[in-house]
Amino acid sequence: MTQAISRAARTADLCLIGGGLVGLAVGIGLQRNGLNVAILDEGDVALRASRGNFGLVWVQGKGDTLPEYARVTRLSARLWPALAARLRERTGIDIELQQNGGLYLSLTEQEVADREAMLIRMRAAAGGDYPFRRLDLKQVREFIPEAGPEVAGATWCPEDGHLNPLKLLRALTEAFLKAGGRIANSGRASAISPLNPGFRISTPAGDWYCDKVVLSAGLGNRELAPQVGLDAPVSPNRGQVLIAERVRPFLHYPTGHVRQTDEGTLQIGDSKEDVGFDSGTTTDVMAQIARRATRMFPLLREVRMVRAWGALRVMTPDGYPLYEASDSHPGAYLVTCHSGVTLGALHEGPIADWIARDRTDLPLEVFHAKRFSL
Amino acid sequence: MPNASRFERLAARDDRWITVSVEGEPVKVRAGDNAATAVLAAGLRPSRTTAVSGAGRAPYCMMGVCFECLLEIDGVENVQGCMTPVRPGMEIRRQQGARHCENNDREEMSA
Amino acid sequence: MNVIDYDLAIVGAGPAGLAAAATAADAGLKVALLDEQNTPGGQIYRSIRQPAPADERILGPDYYHGRSLLGALEQPGVDYRPGSTVWAVDEDLSLCLSQDGQSRRVRARRLLIATGAQERPVPFPGWTLPGVMTCGAAQILLKSSALAPAQPLVLAGSGPLLLLIAAQLHRAGVRIEAILDTTPRQHYATALKHLPGALRNLPLLTKGLGLLRELKRAGIRRLTNVSALEAVATSDGNLNAVRFNRGKERRELPCTTLLVHQGVVPNVQLTRALGLAHDRDELQQCWRPAIDAWGESSRAGIFVAGDSAGIAGALAAEAFGRLVALQAAHQLGHLSAAERDTRARQAQTELGRQRAIRPFLDALYRPAQAFLTPPDETIVCRCEEVTAGELRRMVDDGCRGPNQTKAFCRAGMGPCQGRLCGLTVSQVIADQRGVPVDEVGYYQVRMPIKPLTLGELADTCDA
Repeated sequence: MTQAISRAARTADLCLIGGGLVGLAVGIGLQRNGLNVAILDEGDVALRASRGNFGLVWVQGKGDTLPEYARVTRLSARLWPALAARLRERTGIDIELQQNGGLYLSLTEQEVADREAMLIRMRAAAGGDYPFRRLDLKQVREFIPEAGPEVAGATWCPEDGHLNPLKLLRALTEAFLKAGGRIANSGRASAISPLNPGFRISTPAGDWYCDKVVLSAGLGNRELAPQVGLDAPVSPNRGQVLIAERVRPFLHYPTGHVRQTDEGTLQIGDSKEDVGFDSGTTTDVMAQIARRATRMFPLLREVRMVRAWGALRVMTPDGYPLYEASDSHPGAYLVTCHSGVTLGALHEGPIADWIARDRTDLPLEVFHAKRFSL
Repeated sequence: MPNASRFERLAARDDRWITVSVEGEPVKVRAGDNAATAVLAAGLRPSRTTAVSGAGRAPYCMMGVCFECLLEIDGVENVQGCMTPVRPGMEIRRQQGARHCENNDREEMSA
Repeated sequence: MNVIDYDLAIVGAGPAGLAAAATAADAGLKVALLDEQNTPGGQIYRSIRQPAPADERILGPDYYHGRSLLGALEQPGVDYRPGSTVWAVDEDLSLCLSQDGQSRRVRARRLLIATGAQERPVPFPGWTLPGVMTCGAAQILLKSSALAPAQPLVLAGSGPLLLLIAAQLHRAGVRIEAILDTTPRQHYATALKHLPGALRNLPLLTKGLGLLRELKRAGIRRLTNVSALEAVATSDGNLNAVRFNRGKERRELPCTTLLVHQGVVPNVQLTRALGLAHDRDELQQCWRPAIDAWGESSRAGIFVAGDSAGIAGALAAEAFGRLVALQAAHQLGHLSAAERDTRARQAQTELGRQRAIRPFLDALYRPAQAFLTPPDETIVCRCEEVTAGELRRMVDDGCRGPNQTKAFCRAGMGPCQGRLCGLTVSQVIADQRGVPVDEVGYYQVRMPIKPLTLGELADTCDA
């Protein structure tokens, strides 16, 4: 079947390898720049970090050791409402974006104090413009009356929010297809060969040809990047999410560990940040996640967990993204991160513009892989 | 409660009966019944409404697979009726849509 | 956490589990027999310890044969734990077990999954209406509560259980308006090819014919060649009638209860969650775990027996359970290979005989295509209320398999965890893509395989 497809049919201005949230967002942004884009994707059972996403559009605490990361994160959060509106207009899908602020709850005074100290540092690094508040339990309950007595406090950031990551995945897919994009479920791309000009990408379903190629394959980038003179030292970081049954709405703000979707289901996650519970058996980890969540919200003890997700986060050694153009293979780009939701609007906007136009105002040098060899 | 859809009792070997309440009304059931059996015998139809569209449903598989027999039993919502043996005085109600998430600790907390 | 060690942990106390427990204990193994139900017997011998109906003729001798398996529970080496739901199995074969709202862990050297069958999902327009239930459900109500469906009553579908429950209800004095037999006419011819094999199990074949005669003598209307089933409701949303095609004619029968059946399929939730290899069975239109002649799966130490390993019926399950127990005993040094083989002979013969009739039955009672790939308006995922039409649109948007559609439209994400939609979703996608179902695959099932409260889960952290 696929053999019958001519080379012309498998030619695009640009190919993205990997059709998760990252690839789709960049793809739509490239279409906005007038490019003919194809996404080469794996089949039904791929690693799919996107499907295990927690759905936070999260600002607070991100980039405490890299101010540029804090900047692009906040930029993305600011760009989100416009992107959500465009997606809704083009696909009719409401991705349920809410940016009314979020809380990071802590069970110990020490953690609250540490987080406050971190956010004070970040405020200084941002020249004083970094809104947050430290809350004690009484103040937490003004936001979430159901917070349990073991909650020591929280940090609050008005720029935090959340959305429905599955609806986002669907909206991005539909928007991409409607704009004439092609998604080839061609299986895992095995080789990228530089032509002069352009690239040939080998997949189990035949070769693709393009002028530019973007590696947005998450963990798959590790193997692909060296073929175009790039380095993607990414490794899997297992994150688990528990999904509880639908309950009537009670949690009106996302928290770092628990959020309620529009449908009423509860998502209970590992840490929203980088470390997580990475040891022990799967059920041990699930139990730890449940324990923390029920200490924060005792009313959740009676709520049934319906299923669990184990997704592999795409982690670099320092947890920050990789945005890099290849010097040796002009036209090849690497885009990878573990925050495909939060950074989605950045990817659709400035990152796609950078790839389309080969220039950007973003401080992308700090996101090159070279930082790991220094 | 409508009677037209009551399931019918046949002669049983063990004829011990107990009383439970279904939607607030006393219903005699056999000691070996489960809560889903009780709502079928009581003619409670539908025995739940869905959280998605509010459509009515009733027990379907009776073997713990389908989760259609979700009921409110003794104040606890979304309980699988077919997996819950009856007890004297058990209070069984329709599960209406999504369950609530009551905070039992609220008073204690605000104290 | 309470850690106890067993030689063999058995999940499911149906015929396979009970027989395996007895045989394993005989061979000197320490056995845990774990069952979600409160009474032993599985679904086929449900309530066998205390069957509800006063009149034993209603359920018949095949059911009461189950009593012969109950001896397993008295054996000192068998720790029978009713009301225990296994919701996870870890890499080291430790099982997470929920009992009375509390979870504990049990560790075993060998694991036998004997979780039996479930009825094949039979999606058709209106199958979610209150009043539509499975034939298996009606039989369970009969066995455990001597309860008969509200009337008027119509039965619809295909397969031996459809005829059996009709006969049992009739013996109980329940009036049946009609049996709507959806077996496609051409299946009779296909099945004939498998008749020689079926003749190896003459008693079962004879029983089947006996049932047909019994129904005929009883004067129960049996309409064959029925298609385009539709359950319709009154304004209160409850079942009120069933519509169907008989040949080319559209007909309607009023009913308060509609019992449906399209055969049974292996319950694969646990075998899938463990990531065991599964083979597609085209004749039975389902997947079953790949196992060797002793029931050992693709993961050493994990065995599957009975209908959860592929539908072959209660007597086959009993025989197969014994074989697994013998092999486990052999692997753990309790039986030599020669002892194992000697003791296995009878069970192997019985298993062969029971399996011989399956191709005939499977060919005859293969569900009509409309139940495998239902019309657009039919709800496929009952929990999330996703229709066949929505799934087809997802495929047109590029979805290749059930895990992508799950992400896109929530099919399979509800409390039943895909049990009632999994086979249909895969089939609809395959049909729409024009590829074999095996290429499309099945849901990635994950622990916990049964919902449990977050409080219970959290408490497993203690100790």
